Amino acid sequence: MIATIKSLLSGAARQCEHWLQQGKRPYAFTCVYLALGTASVFFSPRSLIAFIFFLSTALVVYYLKMDSRFKLALAGFALLVLVPIVGIRNIFYLEVIFQISVFTALALGLNIVVGFAGLLDLGYVAFYAVGAYLWAFFGSQQPYLLHYIPGTAPPGTPFFLPADMFYLFAFLAVIVAAFTGIILGLPVLRLRGDYLAIVTLGFGEVIRVLANNLDKPLNFTNGPQGITPIQRPSLPEPLRNALSAILDPLVQHPVSEGDFYNLYFYLAALFVVVVVIVVATRLDNSKIGRAWTAIREDEMAAVAMGVPLVRMKLLAFAAGASFAGVMGVLFAASRTFVSPESFSFMQSIGVLSMVILGGLGSIPGVILGATVVIILNLQVLMGLSLYLSQLRQSDAVIPIINFAWKNLSTQLDPAKYQRMLFGIILVLMMIYRPAGLIPAERRKRELSTHDPENSGSRSEAAPEPPEDADAPA
Amino acid sequence: MRRFYESAALRELLRPLGQIAVFVTVSSAVLSILILFLAFLLRGTAVNQLTLSHYKVDIFFYTLQNLPQVLIDGVTLGFVYAAIALGYTMVYGVLEFINFAHSEIFAIGAFVGVELLIALAKAGQLSSIPLWGAYAWLALAIVVAMVFAGAMATLMEMTAYRPLRGAPRLVPLISAIGVSFFLQDAIRLVESLTTGQFHRIIPTFGNFDQRLSIGRFSIGATTLSVNMQYKSIVVIVAAVMMLMLLNYLVNATKMGMAIRAVAQDRPTASLMGINVNRYITLTFLVGGALGGAAGVLYALKFTRIDPFVGFFPGLKAFAAAVLGGIGNLTGALLGGIVLGLLETFAGSYLSVFTMGAFGAEYKDILAFGILIVVLIFRPAGLLGEQVEQKA
Repeated sequence: MIATIKSLLSGAARQCEHWLQQGKRPYAFTCVYLALGTASVFFSPRSLIAFIFFLSTALVVYYLKMDSRFKLALAGFALLVLVPIVGIRNIFYLEVIFQISVFTALALGLNIVVGFAGLLDLGYVAFYAVGAYLWAFFGSQQPYLLHYIPGTAPPGTPFFLPADMFYLFAFLAVIVAAFTGIILGLPVLRLRGDYLAIVTLGFGEVIRVLANNLDKPLNFTNGPQGITPIQRPSLPEPLRNALSAILDPLVQHPVSEGDFYNLYFYLAALFVVVVVIVVATRLDNSKIGRAWTAIREDEMAAVAMGVPLVRMKLLAFAAGASFAGVMGVLFAASRTFVSPESFSFMQSIGVLSMVILGGLGSIPGVILGATVVIILNLQVLMGLSLYLSQLRQSDAVIPIINFAWKNLSTQLDPAKYQRMLFGIILVLMMIYRPAGLIPAERRKRELSTHDPENSGSRSEAAPEPPEDADAPA
Repeated sequence: MRRFYESAALRELLRPLGQIAVFVTVSSAVLSILILFLAFLLRGTAVNQLTLSHYKVDIFFYTLQNLPQVLIDGVTLGFVYAAIALGYTMVYGVLEFINFAHSEIFAIGAFVGVELLIALAKAGQLSSIPLWGAYAWLALAIVVAMVFAGAMATLMEMTAYRPLRGAPRLVPLISAIGVSFFLQDAIRLVESLTTGQFHRIIPTFGNFDQRLSIGRFSIGATTLSVNMQYKSIVVIVAAVMMLMLLNYLVNATKMGMAIRAVAQDRPTASLMGINVNRYITLTFLVGGALGGAAGVLYALKFTRIDPFVGFFPGLKAFAAAVLGGIGNLTGALLGGIVLGLLETFAGSYLSVFTMGAFGAEYKDILAFGILIVVLIFRPAGLLGEQVEQKA
């Protein structure tokens, strides 16, 4: 019964899709969809469903067959014009979209290491931390406070560097993080996949412990308190006024400086994301990308074919690390505060779960993964928390078991249960859909010519459907 | 024939005792000599001045004074690590797979044992009981924790790992990380729903917190007294018993022979009529039970536990297993003892030797340093043989 309904539904869906993909219909559908999404977010700024509806336009654009120039133009219009307007109107959305951009860039960087080259890196946020602390140290008063115990900084200490050095440091962070990646990579890249995972995890913890404890003998990181304030790049006055003139009437309230900074950092993050996407795509389709695939699928065969193993692995490490480094600088400046807490092991696993959820090696998949995880984290879990705290304040009672919501433990705060979310994502994806929500193109081709005879010699990180899972290895 | 079997079994039961004695003595001796030599070298430097002004003794005597206590603490910690490391090494030996969630099995064991003791304390069973009663309740807590942790490990294997058998190496590892994260929050959820707090403190009972004085020695003008908490003795004795039993189980019983056969070659073992899946589950059961017992011992030694308590001991125990040679039971024991000693040495001397620049906080990352060095220079560990990577 259920099976027939299922087949009927999927048949109907296929028919719908077939109808949609004809002629000019995709163009019309996408435009209507985007307009409806924007309108719904604009007029009901608090609704989560409207927001998801708006974001899902990206999926529509991705799946419908249209001229790629039109797709690009539409995406550019949505990201550069619609998102700022919607975001300034409800500043929380801008924060969510900013987080999505930051973590998309991080996940795309990790995707180069894990998805392309097949090296499981469990300490990825270490590179993020390197970038963040780089700007946090030089972009704050910290260089003058080397001999002060944390919390005893004299008032009126000047900043060490002018604020606009931010751009230089965003560039420097790329180099420094890549260098850190190479330093870490050189000794450990000879190791087998699972050992490499544990060692990178250890490296991540080492960086965190260093950040926590390098407040003595010289106060570099200000210890667990973290460094604050960190400078943000200056916004030119004329540009601000011009933007104000356009945005104020649209969002129906005056736009504050903080809002402008949020907008600025969103655009900066978006810029990095675009650069990462371009670089990752170009790398993937180049000689280097094919070398990475070869290493991922079978190291020994790759070496036999003349792939320079160590150099290619180092390159993957350095490329992934450099993107994390630049995002770190951006993060430090946008928050004006860094502390070791932001760079815990949980963050690394969060980024990993985005990559796994979306699909190892698949760029659109990773973007989707980052979006879904951030929305689950920031909106669904937090929304549940809010709802529960409202219930707690009310006099409502759970009917059958006669339990007053008031007595519910305050520890039951869904927003604090991110680990559970990440854990469930990782386990379920590995068991049921190891290639991710949007499998990588190359993997799709592999799966379509899947040959069970050869599955034993398959790759390190290339998950395959569990159809031969019960066979002894 | 029967007598031969009996003597062989006895030998397997007693062999670990000799190994433990050798490992503890040799590694303590080597590390003590090293640290004393280092202290001797530092005698002429500014470090000495600082110790003289702080503790009124020179650095060499300061080191010597603290040494017995540091050794005792280090060996105790080492046995806790060894007990956890056994779980990693058993699973790795059989499946070539890092059971990342073993640290949460350890935490579950700790929570089950401590909850049982708290319940007993609430029922008034722990106050004013004879000494043997206290030990009996502790033994009960350990056994219950073993049963529970073993069951959880088995359940975990069946749900999260078995469907992935035969998949590429990293797939089950990622699944294990997922299980680990899931369990951390699951423990937190269960614990915080009942009382609103997610950490627990083991009740004080029996004579576990009292100290047994071992002796007083006088060196020069200073006398030093060496003593040991009863709970440290309990930890060591329990861990040694676990090691002996495990060694007996793996090396002298039919079941152990089957486990070793599965570890060596799964298809051939299967052809010999061994139910491979059952023995893999059994491996997880045994490893989980050991982890659970180690959890209770850890709670006894460090009193306070929270849902994330397993993370660092788990990683360190893994480092210990790699240090000793993963897949090798004796190696896990040696690695645990060496790592426990090194960590305690770092915790007590690093701050003094570096004039306070690097404190005991860095002991947590010492294990990773060791792990990296071992993996680079001797990936097979101290006792492991060089093995080819299985395709």
